Amino acid sequence: MFVRGLKRKCFDGEEDIEGTLAGIKAIPSYNLQRQSLLDMSLVKLQLCHMLVEPNLCRSVLIANTVRQIQEEMTQDGTWQMINTQSTGQASLDRLVSTDILCRSSRDQAEGKHVPAYGTFNKDFESDQAQDSSETMSTAPSVQAPRNLQSNVWEMDNPQENKGNFQKSLDQIFETLENKSPNSVEDLFSEVDNSYYDLDTMLTGMMSNTKMGHCDSLETFSSPTNTASNSNCKSDLNDLDHIVEILVES
Amino acid sequence: FVGAGGGNDIQWCFSQVKGAVDDDVAEADIISTVEFNHSGELLATGDKGGRVVIFQQEQENKTQSHSRGEYNVYSTFQSHEPEFDYLKSLEIEEKINKIRWLPQKNAAQFLLSTNDKTIKLWKISERDKRPEGYNLKEEDGRYRDPTTVTTLRVPVFRPMDLMVEASPRRIFANAHTYHINSISINSDYETYLSADDLRINLWHLEITDRSFNIVDIKPANMEELTEVITAAEFHPNSCSTFVYSSSKGTIRLCDMRASALCDRHSKLFEEPEDPSNRSFFSEIISSISDVKFSHSGRYMMTRDYLSVKIWDLNMENRPVETYQVHEYLRSKLCSLYENDCIFDKFECCWNGSDIVMTGSYNNFFRMFDRNSKRDVTLEASRENNKPRTVLKPRKVCASGKRKKDEISVDSLDFNKKILHTAWHPKENIIAVATTNNLYIFQDKMN
Repeated sequence: MFVRGLKRKCFDGEEDIEGTLAGIKAIPSYNLQRQSLLDMSLVKLQLCHMLVEPNLCRSVLIANTVRQIQEEMTQDGTWQMINTQSTGQASLDRLVSTDILCRSSRDQAEGKHVPAYGTFNKDFESDQAQDSSETMSTAPSVQAPRNLQSNVWEMDNPQENKGNFQKSLDQIFETLENKSPNSVEDLFSEVDNSYYDLDTMLTGMMSNTKMGHCDSLETFSSPTNTASNSNCKSDLNDLDHIVEILVES
Repeated sequence: FVGAGGGNDIQWCFSQVKGAVDDDVAEADIISTVEFNHSGELLATGDKGGRVVIFQQEQENKTQSHSRGEYNVYSTFQSHEPEFDYLKSLEIEEKINKIRWLPQKNAAQFLLSTNDKTIKLWKISERDKRPEGYNLKEEDGRYRDPTTVTTLRVPVFRPMDLMVEASPRRIFANAHTYHINSISINSDYETYLSADDLRINLWHLEITDRSFNIVDIKPANMEELTEVITAAEFHPNSCSTFVYSSSKGTIRLCDMRASALCDRHSKLFEEPEDPSNRSFFSEIISSISDVKFSHSGRYMMTRDYLSVKIWDLNMENRPVETYQVHEYLRSKLCSLYENDCIFDKFECCWNGSDIVMTGSYNNFFRMFDRNSKRDVTLEASRENNKPRTVLKPRKVCASGKRKKDEISVDSLDFNKKILHTAWHPKENIIAVATTNNLYIFQDKMN
């Protein structure tokens, strides 16, 4: 990311955010940024789910971040996937990817139908115009108290995707707990099911979504060409390695 | 601290650098811990390859009164080897997470070193004499034919070249399900604690087959896990008191006299969140990566991602001082999350009770003087490696026009991080570890 000597535009102060409405089009909306952060976090969780010895502290912190985002999105009423007006292809990829990440492999095995993520919340449409002018640093839905996640889990919600999401998180922690001799098979069986999708998703992310989204989350400058995300690339290499092992065995 | 001001300011000079010169860093050479012993004569480092290297300070050279003794390699040994946990099919890294010295009781030195799962007590002893003149053995060890012995002699010790031997005296294993992040020797010098992500165990140095669990924060249902232990330390004077820090930015002080299992803290140190700075990264950057008591035990210092906080043990609701290490990174948190740098665990250390030191990126490290309220940023780099070169303070330009000699945030090298630093217990000598090099700096004398 920070390649030595690579100059990037320096964004000057936060006053400009509220000021220039003309620049709003170039600035991804708060919800897009939040979604991007959610995607990134889920990728990180999945990848450390597959690593040999996950760093528990890191996993817990990422999982908590994911829960926070999900909590906020639930309060917003935007938990259903955003269907952005911008590039249709990019948004579709993201829809697919998040859906798959949140779907538990058990459901896939059972052939359970997971409701399509594409449902568009009418209420959200009006919210979005409002959201786009908000900055990342002020969490908009702070009015509702940030309760224990048990609140969220207890909420009566017919949407399956939330349950699936929780299952993914649960799986991650269960795996850490799992001391049975079959744990290796379990570990890799989960990888096996969702592997192709993860690969597709990662490829999709690399080509379609600009890493510049991340910059926008902090600085709101127009996404500049950042250095390639070596972290993501090395994760892809790990993935290749795992596939090699699976294929050979 | 260099700059206008009193003669009490310390001017730091380069003294030595240890380690490979080339930029291509071998993974095994990455330094993972640095620790002075109680007298400061010995300096130990642990690395990712499981090795421990101990440096010894030369006796002060009478002719060179303007510099203190140099540190030279005293002993090198393989402390931990990579292992394989067959039950979980997981590799156990040999990386040395922490080294802690025991106070010296006799001619030998003792230290505890730990990787993710196993703690070992090492004895480092010198041998500079050997017995010669046996009656039944030749000098090379072969046995003599007794019938050829016509006279008897008494074997004597003769001097030999100094040999430093390290031998493992105790191995404390199989007590941690999760990764050990801290070890701390009690002030009774008989017991010590080891902490992993969810549990803290108390050991007796003589007993390896059992330990007592004194803290357990593992939830019954792992799905409910939201907080882990990040560091723990015994109080320097009170042998029943210890603290542990968490990933949520809290510190709990526990008294072992209160109950066998210290799940209820005696004190809880937590600073209320600043609502104006709240973001999705607030929790991650509040996670405490290190906690250290001051030498007196009255204060403790914690390090989170962006700051160092000093706490008075008598006040739980907020720290008495907060120092910003690299506040300019606050606007870059998302990128740092993306490349995982936000999870870097920086350590911190005290000089007595007055000055604190911690590392940053770009091979910078920072010092904060609690009395004068002044701070300085210095760099560990081979560019300054002439002995007694005074280190020039560095400055990072957060925004706007970059002045000459300043570095802009975007030019910082986030692969060059200083996670481990140590301060000599008695003198102004500091050891600063970059990725694979150990720098030693001293204050300028006269």
